[in-house]
Formats: sequence, C-alpha cells, structure tokens
Amino acid sequence: MNIIWIIAKRELNVFFDSLIAYIMLVLFLGFSGFFTWLFGSDIFMLGQASLGVFFSISTWTLFFFIPAITMKMIADEKKSGTIELLLTKPVTDWQLVAGKYLACLLLIAIALMFSLPYYFTVANLGDIDHGAVWSGYLALLMLSSAYIGIGLFASSITNNQIVAFLLALFISLFFHLIFDFLAFDVLGSAGLILNSLSTQYHFDSLSRGVIDSKDLIYFISITGLGLYLSSLSLTRRNSTN
Amino acid sequence: MDITVKNISKLYGSQKAVDDISFEVKTGEILGFLGPNGAGKTTTMKMITSYLTPNNGEITLDGISVTENPDEIKKRIGYLPENNPLYLDMAIYDYLKFCGELYGISKDKLNSRIDEMINVCGLTQEKHKYIGELSKGYRQRVGLAQAMLHDPEVLILDEPTTGLDPNQIVEIRKLIRELGKEKTVILSTHILPEVEATCDRILIINNGKIVADGSSEQLKKQAKGTETLIVKIEDGDANEIYNALQSLDTIELVDFADRTENRFEIQSGVELSSKRNIFNLCVEKGWVLTEMTAQEENLEEIFRSLTKN
Repeated sequence: MNIIWIIAKRELNVFFDSLIAYIMLVLFLGFSGFFTWLFGSDIFMLGQASLGVFFSISTWTLFFFIPAITMKMIADEKKSGTIELLLTKPVTDWQLVAGKYLACLLLIAIALMFSLPYYFTVANLGDIDHGAVWSGYLALLMLSSAYIGIGLFASSITNNQIVAFLLALFISLFFHLIFDFLAFDVLGSAGLILNSLSTQYHFDSLSRGVIDSKDLIYFISITGLGLYLSSLSLTRRNSTN
Repeated sequence: MDITVKNISKLYGSQKAVDDISFEVKTGEILGFLGPNGAGKTTTMKMITSYLTPNNGEITLDGISVTENPDEIKKRIGYLPENNPLYLDMAIYDYLKFCGELYGISKDKLNSRIDEMINVCGLTQEKHKYIGELSKGYRQRVGLAQAMLHDPEVLILDEPTTGLDPNQIVEIRKLIRELGKEKTVILSTHILPEVEATCDRILIINNGKIVADGSSEQLKKQAKGTETLIVKIEDGDANEIYNALQSLDTIELVDFADRTENRFEIQSGVELSSKRNIFNLCVEKGWVLTEMTAQEENLEEIFRSLTKN
C-alpha cells in the first residue's frame, strides 16, 4: 500500500472516530443549507433552478472550515512529537504532507457529496444547467484544495493550533477578499495581476461552467506551493532546536 | 548490522550540539549512552535514525549511508523517541497496524506480528484500549512494541525505562538484553545502574563530545587510581589501631570513619593493596577484623568526574 494513502487513511479514521468530522459535516450542510433554502437571497427568492447560491455560500463556509481542519494536521504532530515517529519510519517529508493533504481533501469531498441532495431537489424543481452544477462542484473542490495547501503550510510553521488557524485564515483572506478589493482600486496591469491572484475571480470563472486550464493551473499552483513550503518547513527541523 | 559513526557534528544555529563524534557498534552489542541533559545523546540518536542530518561526517549501517539511503535505513531501524510520543486517539491494535503498514510489513504477516509484539510487551489485556487511556508504563510498552514490530536489525531506544515500575524495568531490561544478542542496540538513559545492568559498552557524552568509551569494568579500572577500604576492627584501642595501621607500608592514609565503632577508612598507595597486610596485622595483634569492604569507585562518581564542567 502506498505510504501517502496509509497516512491519509489514518487521518480520516481519526476524523470519523472523533466528533470533528461530524461537527464539520453538520455545520457545513447546516450553514450552506440555511442560506441556500431559507434565508436571504435563497433559491426561492431568486426563482431560478440553479445552485449558484449554494456555491457562493460554500466558498465562505469552506473558507472558515478548512483552516479548522488543517490547523492540527502538522502543528499537533510537531507539538506531541509524533512527527518524529512518522519521519523515522520509511516516510519522507513530502509523503507526510501529501498524506495529510489527501485526507483533508477527501473530507471536503465527502462533505460536498452530502450536499448532492440539494442538486437533486433543485433539478426536480426546474430546468437546471447540469454542466454548471458539476463545474461548480469542481470549482469548490479546487478552491478547497488551494485553501488546504495554505492551511497545511500555516500548520507546518508552528506548534500551536490556534496560531495555525489564524495564520491560515489571514493568508487565505488575501486570496479570498483582499486581492479582489485591491484590484478595484488599482488600475492597469497591477490591477489585472491582483485580480488574477484572487480565488473569487477564478472560482467564478470556473463555476460558470467553462473549464479553463488557466483557472485549474491557478488553484493547482497555490496547492502545490503550499504543500512544497510545508514539506520545506518540515525539513527545517535540521537548523532549529 | 554494524553502525559506524564517523566524525559527525551537528549545529543548532551557532551552538554545537554534537562535536566531532566517532564510534562503532557491532552486531550483538548493547551500547549505553550516558551524559547529562543537553549533552547531545538524543541529537546523536536522531541523526542515526536519519530524522536529523549531520552538518559534518557520515553515519553508515553495514556500509549503507544514512543520509544517502534514508528509506533503506529506516526499514531496518526500530526507534523509540525520547518522551515516547504516541497517537493518543488511536487504539493500540490500530496504532500498531498503522506502524506495520508504514514499515511495509506484508498483510498476511502483519496480524501475527502484532499479536506477537502485544504478547512480548505484555499488552494482551489492553490491546483494544485507546492509547490515551493507558498509564505511562503501558504507553512505554506500546512505544517498545512499535519499535520492535518490524523485527529491525538495529534498535535505538531513547530512555526506554522512564515511567516504568521496578518490575517492568526488570522485564524490559531482560527483553533488551535478549534482543541485544542478535541485534545492535543503542540506548540512552539517566539511570546509571541501568547501563551497568544492560549494556555491554558505555559511551559517556558531555558537551557534544565523547569523554569515555568502554565496558563498565574498563571505565572503573580507568577511573580507579587507588584502593579504598573500609575496615572495622574490634577488641582494640582506637588510637593504637590507628597508629598500627598508619605504620603499614602499603597504606597511604588512614582516617576514622566512625571512632566509637573502630571503623577506619584506609587508602592504599598507588597500585598497592593493603588487604593482606591488614589481616596479618590483626592476627598478629589479636584483634578481630569484623569488616573489610573495598570502596568501589562507582559509575556515578566516574560519571560526575567526567561530566563536571
């Protein structure tokens, strides 16, 4: 069996063994369900058979939930010393980070899977654009992947879960909101660059139903960079006490 | 597997944690690492397990370099880290299974191997408990089970008996000694009698340097310059005995250990023994010799004198 999968499997078991996974699932579905069906500009108010509301709410719920999942991933292992246990087994720094990433992504995928009844319900209510729904789900997964990368990096540079959580939120906030805001105020190519750094921009473009490789590359590079920096910061154990 | 450590150094910032250490451990040998806190024991062990990379020097196991082939080395080493970190939210059985999978033990062997380890480490009663529910001693056993699970050729144990009760300590020492017959074992400890009881060879480290290397007998011999005896002589006047002892030519110094009980502390001259002379003296004078004990230089004193800064 592959090392990465063994590590991911353990993490998932721990998720479902403790309450974390269930709380996360209930809150995620509760929040996004509430705003999709009951409150604000919900589906009935818009009167369209579309999951657009659900997707844009989910970007926010995921924005908060993912740091909560990733915060303990590496920070806790460092604090309790179990990281030494793992890395003295035939496991490389990279495999460790990749295993943690896979576990988080699978948990998010499971959460998203539980929201599929929303899709079936809306599809029964009216004519839904199936392509847009699937690309919306893909966009959510890609967005999650990027935030998991950021979250794992934040978790890898500290022993403290709270610090990891706040740091992940802080870094993600730039991609989620701040780059977007700045792009409004800055003209010219700087504005375009800022705009293209924003996750919202790529999320909207991807969830519109057009799968553009540019958007995929954007999310994959944030993920990759996050994971690369995480494994780099694990290797840094050599220069600090 | 023979471990060869050649001129390794490790820097933490500008601080030298390990300073140009070299030693060798042969298969079937149990090496004890001694040293005050912060001497570099744990750092050295971490480097052998490839968790840390030395700044200088090379570590090889049977000629395989630790830095170049870490995955190959990791499969052959069983390691019990300091403070025995464990996943408290896992059951013992699941935890051992997880470790076994990481070591790449094949599925059909894994279960019997786990059962064997659970047996050897005396965890049968607890095997379905969560590690977080266990007492410190049991956790230590889980740590040992984990380290021995894949039947490694090399065992590196950082303070293996901390937190165990005296019975468990004896058991674990016995286990280590048994394992040490076929495997290469390195263990570190603060408990000096433990090294004497378990180790074939002792390595004392201080400030990142090796200050002593040898069996406990060798170390004692090295440290012992002169013979010290405690002697109790009855049926005689204390001062008379004192003077008579003082006049023996092998004796360098006589001191009262306890004046009322006629106990004396006697130091012989360099490389001389006064035991026979004292006995003969007593026979000659008609005194009764009721006690004669050689004050052995114990490991503790050797340790202190070598690691005093």
